[in-house]
Amino acid sequence: MNSVIPFLPLMFGALAAIFLRGWLRNILMLAAPIVGALNLMGLEHGVFWSLEFMGYALEPVRVDKLSLMFGYLFHLASFIAIVYALHVKDTMQHVAGLAYAASAVGAVFAGDLLTLFVFWELLALTSVFLIWARRTDRAYSSGFRYLIFQILSGVLLLAGLLIFAQVNNSLLFNHIGLQHDGIAQVGAWLIFFAFGIKCAFPFMHSWLTDSYPESTPSGTIFLASFTTKVAVYAFARGYPGEEILVWIGVTMACFPIFFAVIENDLRRVLAYSLINQIGFMIVGIGIGTALALNGAVAHAFNDVIFKGLLMMTMGAVLHMTGKINGSELGGLYKSMPKTTILCIVGAASISAFPLFSGFVSKSMIMAAAVKEGYDYVWLLLLFAAAGVFHHAGIKIPYFAFFAHDSGIRTTEPPKNMLIAMTLGAVTCVILGTFPAQTVYALLPWEHDYNPYDMTHVLTQLQLLFFSALAFVWLNLRNMYPPELPSTNLDTDWFYRKLAPNVIKRVASTVYGTYERFEKSVVISIKGIIQNTYDSELGKPKGYFARLWPIETMVVWVAVLLTVYLMIYYIPDLL
Amino acid sequence: MTEQHDSDGFFDKPENIKKMLRVFYVVCGLLVVTDFIVHRHIYHDWENIPAFYAIYGFVGCTVLVIVAKAMRKVIMRGEDYYDE
Repeated sequence: MNSVIPFLPLMFGALAAIFLRGWLRNILMLAAPIVGALNLMGLEHGVFWSLEFMGYALEPVRVDKLSLMFGYLFHLASFIAIVYALHVKDTMQHVAGLAYAASAVGAVFAGDLLTLFVFWELLALTSVFLIWARRTDRAYSSGFRYLIFQILSGVLLLAGLLIFAQVNNSLLFNHIGLQHDGIAQVGAWLIFFAFGIKCAFPFMHSWLTDSYPESTPSGTIFLASFTTKVAVYAFARGYPGEEILVWIGVTMACFPIFFAVIENDLRRVLAYSLINQIGFMIVGIGIGTALALNGAVAHAFNDVIFKGLLMMTMGAVLHMTGKINGSELGGLYKSMPKTTILCIVGAASISAFPLFSGFVSKSMIMAAAVKEGYDYVWLLLLFAAAGVFHHAGIKIPYFAFFAHDSGIRTTEPPKNMLIAMTLGAVTCVILGTFPAQTVYALLPWEHDYNPYDMTHVLTQLQLLFFSALAFVWLNLRNMYPPELPSTNLDTDWFYRKLAPNVIKRVASTVYGTYERFEKSVVISIKGIIQNTYDSELGKPKGYFARLWPIETMVVWVAVLLTVYLMIYYIPDLL
Repeated sequence: MTEQHDSDGFFDKPENIKKMLRVFYVVCGLLVVTDFIVHRHIYHDWENIPAFYAIYGFVGCTVLVIVAKAMRKVIMRGEDYYDE
């Protein structure tokens, strides 16, 4: 075997970005994911470079179909993202982006929980710089909140793996499940929540919608590709077939679409739809049959590409106009026609139009849900599928490129951005049109699924066209909610507003009490002074104060002598 | 004036929009008609309802938008809400 550890080529690219400049750096950065992908092709299935650490067997590199699939995906995604970011003159972003991609690759090839933990934390530490790279106050504080969540996830993972190391005497990362006895049950849940935070489970999702839209145009492409997909991989490996995931997933698929409809920041709309898409994957993992699991990982694969493409087109809009709010945009199809078309390809892919990538993977999860008797889940997923078309498929292109003309006149984005978006768009169409030769060929579980039958194409087209009809109808009747400059409260309100307010109130009450106490002490001291001083005569009221100092002195000497005399005689009296 | 030149965009002309919408309505109609001609596989009882997917998509999206609009009354705040 001639391969190296899978994450090394990308990490080497990050090093090259630190030390090199100019065309040499660009070439090495572009070569890193290509070499990395070729390196994966040279890997056979199995465990490599295993070692022992404090008596535990570690497997830093475990290669099987599941890890390979995500490995290829991350190299493809990082290549597109690097092309997109080539024009950026900011070393921090290049280094962080490549190191972040390398950490994601390291995480999916980790055969033991300790290695996973190391890359888990590296994911957090490298990616936060992509948020801070925006260099705005909002991005700084948002980055800190992001980091707190990510580190919390890491701490939970560490606690869980320590319990497992104690109970099982092994650190290997295989099926974990939620059925254990005693303390191992606690460990299983800790790891479950560690994965859940990175997966943006409901109530743990606000770090994602808070921070991703605050990153730079190119930083968001990296962010949207890796963290959540590593978590999806980890669930597929550790918790397949856990029914609770079905219900969590369907919640994730449904609630963000309501927020997405009224959100003004178009990249935040995409962040909400990112959670919605992960919901589909989590449902698939929860169902746990071969078809469902294949659907989940296939959807993860497709999602990285089409969500990346949509994020890239919105990043291009932000880069060229400096604006990203739906209320400030519109009519850009005149000056950015290519970007418009590429955005529509991304929109068609996420909406699962036949011949586009979302179609071939989302349908697997839906089919599995019906087959396993999850009726209501299937209905809700169908609703979520219509909803995603509504907000990501129609709203994003409509408010950015069409709607009312905002008067903004700009040009197409830099060539490298256009090339990256074209790569993404072409990949979406290839994945959707030739699934058997591409994404299906990588699927880890045995299957024989064909998405292109008459029923499926027809029903999907009906669903989508009538969702669009609802949009047209609501728009013509002026019932569609206009884009408004606004902030919508989400669960981050609890820690960004409620908790600080409570703390402020408690602190101000405590401080107020202290201040009142201090004042009363001062007043009483002043009172004592006033009681002992006759301000009319300008003299103190006390007996001794009225005497000359020398007279006072004599009195005290007399007192002392008396005491001395008594002390002298007392021993004799006893 | 550049203003006048710009307003020549394809989607600025109401007659173009009208034409496109007409095509769109026809396609929607055809999809429903196809539902009666082609025999769909039925995986679930609800799918027996004629044009089930079309109805579900339309109603689902309308409900989605109306509920989301109502949510604004509760959760919408000013743009600088968190910066104040």
